[in-house]
Amino acid sequence: MTGLSGRAPGAFVALGVTLLLVGSYWGLAVAPSEVFMGDVQRIMYVHVPTAWNAMLVLSFAFVCALFFLFNNAWKWDNRLEAALEMGVVLSLLLCMQGAIWAKPTWGVWWDWDPRLTTTAVMVFAFGGILALRAFVDDPVKRAVWSAVACIVAYVDVPIVYFSVKWWNSLHQMQSTPETVSSAFHWPLRINALAIMFLCAGLVALPARVADLRLRSEMAPPLPVGRLVPAGTPLPGGAQ
Amino acid sequence: MRSFGAALIKDLLLQWRGRAQIVAIFTFGAAALLLFSFAIGPDSLALRQHSAGFLWLALLLASTLSLAESFEREVEEQALEGLLLLPAGPRGLYYGKAIANWAQLALLGAALVPVMVVLYDAGTPRLAPLLGVILLGTAGLSAPGTLYAAMTAQARARQTLLPLLLFPLVVPVLLAAVKATSLLILGDPMGQVRPWVTLLVAFDLIHWSLCGLLFDRVVED
Repeated sequence: MTGLSGRAPGAFVALGVTLLLVGSYWGLAVAPSEVFMGDVQRIMYVHVPTAWNAMLVLSFAFVCALFFLFNNAWKWDNRLEAALEMGVVLSLLLCMQGAIWAKPTWGVWWDWDPRLTTTAVMVFAFGGILALRAFVDDPVKRAVWSAVACIVAYVDVPIVYFSVKWWNSLHQMQSTPETVSSAFHWPLRINALAIMFLCAGLVALPARVADLRLRSEMAPPLPVGRLVPAGTPLPGGAQ
Repeated sequence: MRSFGAALIKDLLLQWRGRAQIVAIFTFGAAALLLFSFAIGPDSLALRQHSAGFLWLALLLASTLSLAESFEREVEEQALEGLLLLPAGPRGLYYGKAIANWAQLALLGAALVPVMVVLYDAGTPRLAPLLGVILLGTAGLSAPGTLYAAMTAQARARQTLLPLLLFPLVVPVLLAAVKATSLLILGDPMGQVRPWVTLLVAFDLIHWSLCGLLFDRVVED
């Protein structure tokens, strides 16, 4: 059981890619360029939706961890693994897009601003949980420990955010449809929806893979050697 | 409550009997402090300015050694399974070990302060607040550290995993403790120590309760 069944994840990925193409074309070619930052600002059309979806996917991972600890159903562990992978990839993309945008705008690749630093910490915190999963062989321990670690890491993220904010405050307001001009709304919304569909598909598919791997791990080992039809006399006359 | 007391006494006794280990970890921390000064160069002003950061980095690096050690002992000879068979909840076990680890880390921190003062000329007359910051900061390292050590001690690649999991998590502790210590050493005309101490207290409260709640599931079989 991985939730989305049959061809649904594939359809979601296809829909996500199509919408992403539409939204990106709109954002790159149709929407007007921003007054102060020029064309550099167009990275917002992927950056901001990536940020929203990274938060969404990691929150989903947190919910999966809670559900797993409460009812011990394996499907939540499979979803947790898939959501963690997606969350780490999105956070990493977020850091890279942020750096690409920051170089021409702020003049530096990196700045110790709260959101940037917190995202980097998230990459390491949730990436560490993926490493933990890779190094624990017992499926039960792997599932419980990664759920526990995910809960602790998720609770820690707001504390990291506030501590870095106090430590070094310099940043602009975050972009939401209220803070950006209305000409920019549609590409933003379409891309946000596109990445959401992509995430749904790309979480459901690895969850299915995790489910299959778990089944093979839990299954009794296959008999070693050549399988012979029943009744075939064995060499030496043994039964 | 009695099981917590027994677990605490057991862990403190184990640490006392293995005190050579604590001395070795202290030497590691002192060596790290010495090495940091080579990275900066013999600029006494810069060294003094960065002394708080170096102290906490040395303590953080040394803490992974002492935290890992505290659970490796339990995993050898299946001691942990024996402990879990006792008619006492795992929660007492967790708090006993976390407090013993806290005591060890706080001692380590207090012992590294004179080294820092000598190497970086970073003395401060406000010793009591400094000790308070060390106590709060090491409490923040010990609570999640003990929880993660319980997991990584039983996993492969444990030497890599513990710092990998712990370091991103304790970023707020590192930030707040370095800032507070630095303000105590370099002077605090704006009264900025208090918000950092508040942050440390909040982190400690959240993690000491959350990790205690989750520990049951980590050690159950």
